[in-house]
Amino acid sequence: MSDFQLTILNKLGQLGEIKSTLEVFPSVESQDVLSALNSLKAHGKLEYTKHDIMHYDLSKEGQEVVDNGSHEIVLYNLINDLGKLQIKDVMSKMGANGKVGQARAFKNGWIVKNKENELELSEKVKSSTPVDETKILLQQIAKNEHSDIDAKVIADLKKRKLITPRKQTDYSVTKGVDFSLELTKLETDITSDMVVSGSYKDAKFKPYNFNSQGLPAASGALHPLNKVREEFRQIFFSMGFTEMPSNQYVETGFWNFDALYVPQQHPARDLQDTFYIKDPLTSDLPDDKVYLENIKAVHENGKFDSIGYRYNWKEVECQKLVLRTHTTAISANMLHKLAKNPKPARLFSIDRVFRNEAVDATHLAEFHQVEGVIADYNITLGDLIKFMEDFFAKMGVTGLRFKPTYNPYTEPSMEIFSYHEGLAKWVEIGNSGMFRPEMLESMGLPKDLRVLGWGLSLERPTMIKYKVQNIRELLGHKVSLDFIETNPAARLDEDLYD
Amino acid sequence: MPTVSVKKQQLFDLLGKNYTNDEFDELSFEFGIELDEDTTEEALKLGEEPEYKIEIGANRYDLLCIEGIAQSLNEYLGQSETPKYKLSKPTTKLIVDKETELVRPYCASAVLRNIKFTKESYASFIDLQDKLHSNLCRNRTLVAMGTHDMDTVQGPFHYRALPPKDIKFIPLNQTKEFRADELLEFYKTPEQKNNLGRFVHILEGKPVYPLITDDNDVICSMPPLINSEHTKITLDTKNVFIDITATDRTKAEIVLNILVSMFSRYCADPFTIEPVEIVSEHNGESRMLPDLTERKMQVSIPYINSCLGLEQTAEEISASLKKMSLHSVQSKEDKNMLDVSIPITRPDILHPCDIMEDAAVGYGYNNLPKSEKMSNANFISSPLPVNKISDIFRAASAQASWLEVMPLTLCSHDENFKFLRVEDDNTNAVKLANPKTLEYQVVRTTLLPGILKTVKENRKHTLPIKVFETGDVVFKNEKLERKAYNERHWAAIYAGKTSGFEIIQGLLAKVMQTFRTQWLPDFGAGSTGRGYWIEEDESLTTYFPGRGAKVMFRSKEGEKSIAIGSLGVLHPEVMKNFDVPYAGSFVELNTEVFL
Repeated sequence: MSDFQLTILNKLGQLGEIKSTLEVFPSVESQDVLSALNSLKAHGKLEYTKHDIMHYDLSKEGQEVVDNGSHEIVLYNLINDLGKLQIKDVMSKMGANGKVGQARAFKNGWIVKNKENELELSEKVKSSTPVDETKILLQQIAKNEHSDIDAKVIADLKKRKLITPRKQTDYSVTKGVDFSLELTKLETDITSDMVVSGSYKDAKFKPYNFNSQGLPAASGALHPLNKVREEFRQIFFSMGFTEMPSNQYVETGFWNFDALYVPQQHPARDLQDTFYIKDPLTSDLPDDKVYLENIKAVHENGKFDSIGYRYNWKEVECQKLVLRTHTTAISANMLHKLAKNPKPARLFSIDRVFRNEAVDATHLAEFHQVEGVIADYNITLGDLIKFMEDFFAKMGVTGLRFKPTYNPYTEPSMEIFSYHEGLAKWVEIGNSGMFRPEMLESMGLPKDLRVLGWGLSLERPTMIKYKVQNIRELLGHKVSLDFIETNPAARLDEDLYD
Repeated sequence: MPTVSVKKQQLFDLLGKNYTNDEFDELSFEFGIELDEDTTEEALKLGEEPEYKIEIGANRYDLLCIEGIAQSLNEYLGQSETPKYKLSKPTTKLIVDKETELVRPYCASAVLRNIKFTKESYASFIDLQDKLHSNLCRNRTLVAMGTHDMDTVQGPFHYRALPPKDIKFIPLNQTKEFRADELLEFYKTPEQKNNLGRFVHILEGKPVYPLITDDNDVICSMPPLINSEHTKITLDTKNVFIDITATDRTKAEIVLNILVSMFSRYCADPFTIEPVEIVSEHNGESRMLPDLTERKMQVSIPYINSCLGLEQTAEEISASLKKMSLHSVQSKEDKNMLDVSIPITRPDILHPCDIMEDAAVGYGYNNLPKSEKMSNANFISSPLPVNKISDIFRAASAQASWLEVMPLTLCSHDENFKFLRVEDDNTNAVKLANPKTLEYQVVRTTLLPGILKTVKENRKHTLPIKVFETGDVVFKNEKLERKAYNERHWAAIYAGKTSGFEIIQGLLAKVMQTFRTQWLPDFGAGSTGRGYWIEEDESLTTYFPGRGAKVMFRSKEGEKSIAIGSLGVLHPEVMKNFDVPYAGSFVELNTEVFL
């Protein structure tokens, strides 16, 4: 505690209250007074009220008036001494002040002008010397006794540049609830020592500023894309789906295309769209030779009620190695395995796929595909529609519509649309369909075991959820670590498409 | 999916109604095409006619022009019948030489007699050819077509293949005569490169070039490149001779059928096509074309009902199919079967499932009864084991205050090797044949490049930077069908003012403890049970000499220990190669040992 704080307490103790700190501590700077008062107030020692008061200082001219009388009284005395005075001589006798004195003296009715253009004293003041009001006012103000002077008069003096205003802050101080002559230190925190010793009971605590966020928590964080992936996984698990072994990026032309009934001249197989691999260069053919023969037949001449694409199918196209363009390559592999022991199945995967695309704000050469597959006996398109409604409802997306579309390996194919409130239009949120019999029967699956599939990208709902505009700022090295550190939980069911 | 631009008002006139965008959107949606864009706003500014850009299914070649879109929509709306295409009497032949086998073995042809073009239909005719060339014809490699003013030439026609030096003609839109080999060079010049130059490769290096001529050796076209100026069609052309050449016979006939079915409507005798006799004795392909025979396919009524979840009669299904241009009657032999006629405009129908789909579209996808059957089915789900292991790594790393990152799998060769001070011995990394940029040359064999690139991008972040990734790397393996396999790795970095080696070592300890694997003192000698230790390894050149170690793991009592990864202080050269101005330590493990 500073000495001054103690001085304040002592003074307050003596006087009971301090009406004006300006009076009691005239030599202490206003800021120092305030900081001492605040500090004491925080301890409950005192309460104070702030008053702004105006103070007026005499100008140099004002001081002259106090010392020598006002200009009008100087002129009065001059005329009184000389009897009369030529107007033109006023300036020569009194300098610049003469003009003011003459004007004021006229106004006061002290002087008159005779026919010879000379100034004489008026009848009113011939007998008795007039009172010098201006001087008296200024003397009052110099003594800081201006409170009963009319505001107009003060304004007039200001205008005459006899006084200059100065604002001063004053405080009136009364005793606080915890008034005493000494000060205890305020504690900022409860320490373990206080808890153990119980000293917190007598300690005084500095009040907290609750209008603050506190310190940032030191923590690690998971990537938002993986958080959304986990949401999808939980939806799949809740609906009885088993995760497929999608950890196989390198695929053969066979599994990525031929098995899915994508003809060998299909644009998707272009170098423009698919990453081909030069090392290693060629794959083996699948072990299941019956399957391979079926695929050849169903492409080339037709089989299983299909007329086929009717072209020369080449094994060498099957053996080209590619980076998979869709996880459906894995689904095909799993369905082929299922054909060994056909039964209903539910499978899903969420994993990376690769496209030889030009990169921009919405396209990357690699991204994640969410894919679900349902195999069951005699399932219908209505089953698929209902299932999609259930699936998307789990992430809060309802009111779906289905649009006919074309995919090489599904027939019927349905694009899934949901109404986007923000964009005020229907937006595509996924693609789905029944796998073609050419694909399934080639594997050896029975005719009545139908397979539904659907897919969507993982990035798109994540970008919507986390309001990311550029896919490169989500997947890949251009992500901001600040974004990763601060991203909220994914919670797909919470207004996904708001 | 291809996009077709059609004049809005022309389409509305053909449909007999001015649609609002919402109405047309709705119609498109149910039918299975998509209104991509309405150019009205832009067109009004430029003083052009407003267009719709309509996205169509990639297998619906009959929708590649306004004639086809309007025809199909009118049938869908029940406003029009499917045209009955007829053949008139043939007047000419196309005689095929055996030499064509050397370059482009198949051809097809037809004549549109007494056609009357308008400005719109002429533009649409040219546009359809372009669309077919770039879609079904795979940029003319599989099929190419030429159309000629038949009154400028004299049949019968010949399909020949001649050495380039023996071919001379004035090509379309040129004024001087070119020899075929010179013409190819001309198309390779910078002005032509992006136009016809794109197709030069199809002929380049061939001993003979294909040629369509008339009976007086007047050249009609040199497919798949260019027609001759002589036979050029104009708005006033009355009779159009169509030549099609191909390496794919099926697609050649599809293209011919689409062209004649779409444009025979403008002939004096609408939907009547004059066939051309193809004389091709050397390969037994002589036949009359086009073949307008409607294909027949039998479809099981119970199959359609079962797929759609409906109990429709043959008549009800037929009504749905009729909207999609498929005409069907209940089979006389088998009440459960539907005999379906498939018009020549629908080559996309390959299997009864395609008919089943059209039955669903005709009925309306959004009218189909929703079934509860599946949602109640009972299945036991399970995660992929390697993903479960990954999740344990991820949780432990995040709990230890590391941030998860997800860099790309593909990287440049230098990033995977040279920048890491590692030689490529060509035994491990899978290399791409056709990347568009240097960024994607190899599939990573380590998570380090992506992590260092992420640190570089975030070098302004508060230090130290601590990030981790759990992701797949890919290695070659000759023994596998796919010649390569994924391996799930986990890696973490500490980058800052100091290398933080002990911090990374501590993270490794934390992760190992999560997998019930304790540190074994004295480099594993302290115990014979499960555990891990690290051993200095000078061969790890990515790390600073004397600061790199392999991570050794013994899975259980008595098992041999194996190296499952490495850790160390990253070599300053590595940091510099990735523009990271910090010291750092790194750890990477193969997570699959914990499976």
